[in-house]
Amino acid sequence: MVEMIPEIHGLPMTRSCPFDPPDELSELREQAPLSRLIFPDGHRGWLVTNHALARTVLADPRFSNRNEFRHWPVERARTQTRHVPTLPGMFSRLDPPEYTRYRRLLAGQFTVRRMATLEPRITEIADACVDEMLRVGPPADLQRDFAVPIPSQMICELIGVPLEDREAFLERTNVLVDMKSTSTGSGHAWAYIHDYVRKLVAAKRADPGEDLLSGLTESDLTDEELTGAGVTLIVAGLESTANMIALGIHALLQNPDQLALLLDDMTLLENAIEELVRYQTIIHIGPFRGALEDVELEGVQVKRGEVVLVSLPAANRDPLRFDDPDRLDLRRTTTGHVGFGHGIHQCIGQQLARAELRIGYSVLLRRLPGLRVTLPPEEIAMRHDMGVYGVKSLPVEWDA
Amino acid sequence: MPDQLKIETDVDVCMGTGVCALTAPAVFTQREDDGTVIVRVATPGAELHEVTQAAAYNCPSGAIRLNVSETP
Repeated sequence: MVEMIPEIHGLPMTRSCPFDPPDELSELREQAPLSRLIFPDGHRGWLVTNHALARTVLADPRFSNRNEFRHWPVERARTQTRHVPTLPGMFSRLDPPEYTRYRRLLAGQFTVRRMATLEPRITEIADACVDEMLRVGPPADLQRDFAVPIPSQMICELIGVPLEDREAFLERTNVLVDMKSTSTGSGHAWAYIHDYVRKLVAAKRADPGEDLLSGLTESDLTDEELTGAGVTLIVAGLESTANMIALGIHALLQNPDQLALLLDDMTLLENAIEELVRYQTIIHIGPFRGALEDVELEGVQVKRGEVVLVSLPAANRDPLRFDDPDRLDLRRTTTGHVGFGHGIHQCIGQQLARAELRIGYSVLLRRLPGLRVTLPPEEIAMRHDMGVYGVKSLPVEWDA
Repeated sequence: MPDQLKIETDVDVCMGTGVCALTAPAVFTQREDDGTVIVRVATPGAELHEVTQAAAYNCPSGAIRLNVSETP
């Protein structure tokens, strides 16, 4: 016997507290794990708000991640072009076996061990950012001066962007990350990055280096596929880590008892990062999965072609999985959090993200004593309406 | 006597995220070339049961299965 299924129009986006998911999502989760979601374009899909069902859906091969199934769950100012079918090399929007082929090729580049070899370079980059912040003196914008440059520079390292091209390249990636960019500006930046990566692929084929793209030129991927994969990694690695760094510092500064625990015992850092990823869950629109066939979920029939949106922020605040889930607790057991997603599409760059977060936080906390945000939390502009949640900017000062 | 834990992995479904190696480094590691799972200890001792179970639960692609058998 199925109880009443709640129904909502569009995905709730407004947050009463900047660190918590919208209240409506918790209310839905209390009523049922699965709700009817009416997308703005009229598509009748579904919304998953609890942890167990989120894992179930994301691990079920009867659900597809291909672009054909996409419907955007919120009205938005900035339209994003949706390529149907998925463009060559944009592997994250493929299903097995095509997806598996890419993932296998790339996974070796992102192993725990390989990421450890990048740590000295991440440390240099983080230190250089702090050097510059100290040179200019407080205040600084932590998002612009620290959180964005670290993943941007690391992406350049990873795919082997030559030093002389970096400034022009990062100028364009910054446009993609910048809230204030117009859709025309974003379009131009996109085109530039795409062209640049295409040329880079050709250059690596001719003269391979030690980087990821060079490594991939030895595979059977075509230039077009390599370009698509390169662009996918750039975009995926940029905004997510940058927002996680700045928002994480913001959350720590808003929870001084937790920050004190960490400053007192930096061995807590690794668990603290997992907890911050759980607590903040910056991927707040999607993932989406399209049913390849009729699937029964929790006694409900999901029909072939219907889209199921999994709310990762809601799943990560499920009291059935995490005690007192709305509390930031750096010492809690975070096993099973879905901050990086779940299933075969779980974040491919997660070990790099962890390394960047670990080093970023430790450099910042070590070198900028008395770090504080210069505005009250309610005056910090949040990225409510963006695909990746975070702060628009974070003005900080420290004890000079 | 605690139960015995026997680890089975399926490299065909493994996606090489390294979540197991991160969660239980004493029990799991990754292949260099494609990141897929390598079991270091097929029957981990009782002191490793908790992290091994966490690794199996955390595995995003369901590539780790644990067989529990009661010790006679």
